[in-house]
Amino acid sequence: MSVLVDENTRVVVQGITGGEGKFHTEQMLDYGTNVVAGAVPGKGGQEVAGVPVYDTVDKAAREEDANAAVVFVPPAFAGDACFEALDAPVDLVVAITEGIPTQDMSKVYRKLQETDTHLVGPNCPGVITPGVAKLGILPGNIFSEGNVGFVSRSGTLTYQVVDSLTERGIGQTTAIGIGGDPIIGTDFIDALELFEQDPDTHAVVMCGEIGGEDEEEAAQYIAGNMDTPVVGFIAGRTAPPGKRMGHAGAIVSGSGTGTAQSKIDALEDAGTPVGDTPEEVADHVEDIL
Amino acid sequence: MKLHEYQAKRVFAEAGIPTPDAKLAETVDAAVDAAEAIGYPVAIKAQVQVGGRGKAGGIKLVDDKAEAREAADEILGMDLKGYHVDRVLVEEAVDFTNELYVGVTMDRGEGKPVAMVSTRGGVNIEEVAAEDPDAIAREHIDPAFGMHPYQARKAVYDAGVDREVANDVAGVLSTLYDLWEARDGSDAEINPLMVTADDEVIAADAVMNIDGDALFRQPELAEMQEDAAEDDLEAKANDYGFDYVRLDGNVGIIGNGAGLVMTTLDLVDHYGGQPANFLDIGGGAKAERVTNALDMVFSDENVDAVVFNIFGGITRGDEVAQGINEALEAFDEIPKRVVVRLAGTNAEEGMEILNTDLVTVEKTLEDAVQRAVEYAEEDSA
Repeated sequence: MSVLVDENTRVVVQGITGGEGKFHTEQMLDYGTNVVAGAVPGKGGQEVAGVPVYDTVDKAAREEDANAAVVFVPPAFAGDACFEALDAPVDLVVAITEGIPTQDMSKVYRKLQETDTHLVGPNCPGVITPGVAKLGILPGNIFSEGNVGFVSRSGTLTYQVVDSLTERGIGQTTAIGIGGDPIIGTDFIDALELFEQDPDTHAVVMCGEIGGEDEEEAAQYIAGNMDTPVVGFIAGRTAPPGKRMGHAGAIVSGSGTGTAQSKIDALEDAGTPVGDTPEEVADHVEDIL
Repeated sequence: MKLHEYQAKRVFAEAGIPTPDAKLAETVDAAVDAAEAIGYPVAIKAQVQVGGRGKAGGIKLVDDKAEAREAADEILGMDLKGYHVDRVLVEEAVDFTNELYVGVTMDRGEGKPVAMVSTRGGVNIEEVAAEDPDAIAREHIDPAFGMHPYQARKAVYDAGVDREVANDVAGVLSTLYDLWEARDGSDAEINPLMVTADDEVIAADAVMNIDGDALFRQPELAEMQEDAAEDDLEAKANDYGFDYVRLDGNVGIIGNGAGLVMTTLDLVDHYGGQPANFLDIGGGAKAERVTNALDMVFSDENVDAVVFNIFGGITRGDEVAQGINEALEAFDEIPKRVVVRLAGTNAEEGMEILNTDLVTVEKTLEDAVQRAVEYAEEDSA
């Protein structure tokens, strides 16, 4: 079993004719992902890697029965591309693009609240259900099928920790890279909720980092709502204070939370073991399973 | 991207927010001329992007020509918390009865903008927020509609601003929000917004930070950008386009992706070493970026050994390996020992082409970090 992505996921790739779009469409197809269409304004009628291209997501979704979109559109146009996917509509949008202006994402986020669509990202590596499909840029070969859900704010850290799990023979139901931007669609709590409802997910690994309060809020959610055990990892223990924490965040929250220690404490208080190293995360998961 | 005070004030004034009469000066003579033209008393303010300028001696109030000359002479050229002062703003000193705070920022937790008003202006607003959060009235804004006039009034009345100036303060807040939105602000703040005996409001300071990701559509503001790096290495990192933070230790760290680089720092610490820096070469890095990254870390005198940690997704291991070889082959003698760990996309190809006469290769992250910590200890001894 899996969350968000399964064998019925039919993908339209927005920006399929660009360098990254084309390369990763080929990678996704190689992995077995059902990429059914591309969407690029003005490029309708072309083909990329055997996939038909349409001018609009709307048409791609109607003609090819697509129900998911992956956004490889440059930052200046990516907010608009997210709106287009939400309006199509599709059930899942995975926005890979890095560097989308925050105010654009704020408007996308506002729109998202009116829909039933899941948005993952932006600035994320994507979603993978090992052995079934991947939507995004994750290197498929390090993942393996299994019963551990995985959610992370950081792309390369995902690879590192998943690699440690796979090396020990611990496979994953689905791995979700939620992205590290200030405003994202699916957050830790959304992902944890999906995994809690999935009977085949027997444990969840959650990788966070300094900044914001998402991990502290996730810890509260875990304590109050989850039967599935969670193992945590927090990056940035040695990061100097003040370098990444914005002035604005501190004012809004009214306090200086968001340090690695406050996140580790919150998770441990919720009964979630936190590994000091990626290997220790795998140790904890081994103990649980 | 941060605007200087004088730049932010210019942007605010153009939008109709009242600001004191002021002139920018780069020499003592120009500062004195400006003070004479504006009329005493004036404030002479260092234009550097650092908080607490007043306490550090970067702001002086003067009453006559002699004092103006003395103050300008003292402030111009001073080193203020690591920043060289090469310009001052000479500004009419406002006689005030009250100091307010108004600001607009993005509330990342809510995913929407928030406008803030407080009657506790003129002090460190972060301390107010921490000690007495209720002293700041907050109003969340729907980004699809922008700020309605009633919302500005609500924030102002909720904050307890005096009735006589409430409309003017609400007007300033509305203008500030519109500016923040139109100019892709991340934060916009006026602290203090001074209230005079005649019930006028004047922006005595101005903060405007712009979303760096949106500069492509703010060409006018992008042109105002000035190098604000604290030291040469950070300036170099800006030139190369790296995310870089200098730290106190002696193990140089290069990697791809913020989360993984932070984890590498944490592991260096975990194994008893001290990280010298955070350096993220980003996704899809090719040979030239690798060369630049090594140049950065080698030019840090504190670094005794380097760990290079790449887990490729978009980044390809063979391209990184090629870059490492090319960068190191250019040296007659490599200045510091380098430990490399490659994983992910094309890692095996990368491992095969890495020149092991130039670097030490380790298979796991843990081994690579421990080896680099050992090297750093040996080489610093």
